[in-house]
Amino acid sequence: MSLTNPHLKFASQAVAKPYFVFALMLFVGQILFGLIMGLQYVVGDFLFPLIPFNVARMVHTNLLIVWLLFGFMGAAYYLIPEEADRELHSPKLALLLFWVFAIAGVLTILGYLLVPYAGLARLTGNELLPTMGREFLEQPTITKAGIVVVALGFLYNIGMTLLKGRKTAISMVMMTGLIGLAVFFLFSFYNPENLARDKYYWWWVVHLWVEGVWELIMGSMLAFVLIKITGVDREVIEKWLYVIIAMALITGIIGTGHHFFWIGAPGVWLWLGSIFSAMEPLPFFAMVLFAFNMVNRRRREHPNRAAALWAIGTTVTAFLGAGVWGFLHTLAPVNYYTHGSQITAAHGHLAFYGAYAMIVMTMISYAMPRLRGIGEAPDARAQTVEVWGFWLMTLSMVAITLFLTAAGVVQVWLQRLPEDGAAMSFMNTMDQLAVFFWLRLVAGVLFFIGLGCYLFSFRQRGRLPVAAAVTA
Amino acid sequence: MSTSPEAAVRPLPGDLAMWFFILAELAVFGLLILAFAVTRLLHPALFAEGQAALDGSTGLALTLSLLTGGWLAALAVQRVRDDRPRRAAVLLLAALASAVVYVVLKLGEYAHLTRLGLDIEHDTFFTLYWILTGFHFLHVLLGMAILAFLALRCGQRAYGPGRCSGLESGVLYWHMVDLVWVLLFPLVYVLR
Repeated sequence: MSLTNPHLKFASQAVAKPYFVFALMLFVGQILFGLIMGLQYVVGDFLFPLIPFNVARMVHTNLLIVWLLFGFMGAAYYLIPEEADRELHSPKLALLLFWVFAIAGVLTILGYLLVPYAGLARLTGNELLPTMGREFLEQPTITKAGIVVVALGFLYNIGMTLLKGRKTAISMVMMTGLIGLAVFFLFSFYNPENLARDKYYWWWVVHLWVEGVWELIMGSMLAFVLIKITGVDREVIEKWLYVIIAMALITGIIGTGHHFFWIGAPGVWLWLGSIFSAMEPLPFFAMVLFAFNMVNRRRREHPNRAAALWAIGTTVTAFLGAGVWGFLHTLAPVNYYTHGSQITAAHGHLAFYGAYAMIVMTMISYAMPRLRGIGEAPDARAQTVEVWGFWLMTLSMVAITLFLTAAGVVQVWLQRLPEDGAAMSFMNTMDQLAVFFWLRLVAGVLFFIGLGCYLFSFRQRGRLPVAAAVTA
Repeated sequence: MSTSPEAAVRPLPGDLAMWFFILAELAVFGLLILAFAVTRLLHPALFAEGQAALDGSTGLALTLSLLTGGWLAALAVQRVRDDRPRRAAVLLLAALASAVVYVVLKLGEYAHLTRLGLDIEHDTFFTLYWILTGFHFLHVLLGMAILAFLALRCGQRAYGPGRCSGLESGVLYWHMVDLVWVLLFPLVYVLR
């Protein structure tokens, strides 16, 4: 941080930049592996034995989680100093942890790709503390330990910044979410022999992340960007934030029960899971109202139109993906037929993209021009390219969701609804769904082009410095 | 949005955010009650048998204790509007005491049912009984914490006429808690 950047309130906010850049690099990787798998759905032996489907899937999902974590960390390093009204406690520690996390992440992905999974487990001493082999938590134990170390250093860094500085609702909600993220990750080390118990606590990481504490992180990032781009009073925004997180926690925590329907947990979860998760769309709906309300009441025209579009877009897409598509199959009598079908995949795609990929891109879209010393906003042409990226990615993801939903409905029809003897087998059903998978693959290619537009918009930035010229 | 004085629209007491929160809570209870009603329709005999194991007079006592608490809390708001926050603090403590009566009675009922083996996994009636009343019980505990906080703030003269939005919001929450019970009592204990 030798050069002072006039567009940053605090010089130490600059540490967010490598986090954002690396997050987007991993995002590209995630989509590439998504495309590989999309093709493997219809051309089964594509790239076999080089990249088997299970490895591609592991890389696709792990990259997603890790790039979102990089995005959240970058967002925290940008947002917390500004909210606390002081420099980051230790920018050096933030940069050191960036390299530790980035190198560990790359090594882990290389391990997935170059070594057979069982060999990776042997190589990393999994038998000392077995934690591998579970969906989404496939990381070698040593990587998991590394994540804990990075998370502790990260929480220490932003926690100290917060303790010494101003405490706002936004930063406290963000901090609560991040602490929750770290605490629930600890359950990835708990690996009971009993399969039902294993699944039970596995959801404490997976569900309580995405339908619990991550919603706090999303809410605070959204509130931060909305304050900046609308100029609406902080008191108003904070009140909304409190209501949203209260609803998210009331519905999300007991809503964990919708994962306990068929894993051997007590029957009471059929009721608890159905009823509470039926309410889970509420906080997302509140976020939609929140974003539109604040933008309508705006007191300034922010020059970064693209960031405003991302902010509104993330709430709408999250409501559709997490809220509506989640509700679609969350009631136990429905889930009895749809469990683990392509409908689940449809929901997973639109929810992750709408809620978490888009909120991170909202933050990047808002913060990057400042981090790069361009000003409040990139030039008009760069924003046009970025808006193209927004629509291409978002509409392609909606298309992917619709194709997978259609595939899921047919799958349930052929494979789940008929009586045991009459039901079609899994692989025969998959053959019937090929047309949907081809269409999904086309939408995936369009998504990749959209991501290309988004990345290309960064190159265009800064031709004409618009700075504060537009604010009258 | 009319701001003319002759419109004389009485402003919503408490904070708008609290109303949203209460609506969300009522929506959850609404769904729970709906689930109870529909399941009862499907299994009338099972529900009649389950209901027979419950003691209606205990239910009535529970209802009275919550209604008393609600009445005392409403009086406390009136006292603050009359600029007598210390009196309000006493009334809120009385409301808290009446809530304690509820908690003691309810825990007694839970202990009794557990001894009889009528726990959450006993049958569908008791699964729903425990979910409904247990979720409500947690709200009573939260409401009591709010009442205690409000009593403390009233004692410190933190509220007065024209600056009692926080108090109104807290008391609103408490009214939501007893409103829900007033629906639960006939549904679970009385209606045959």
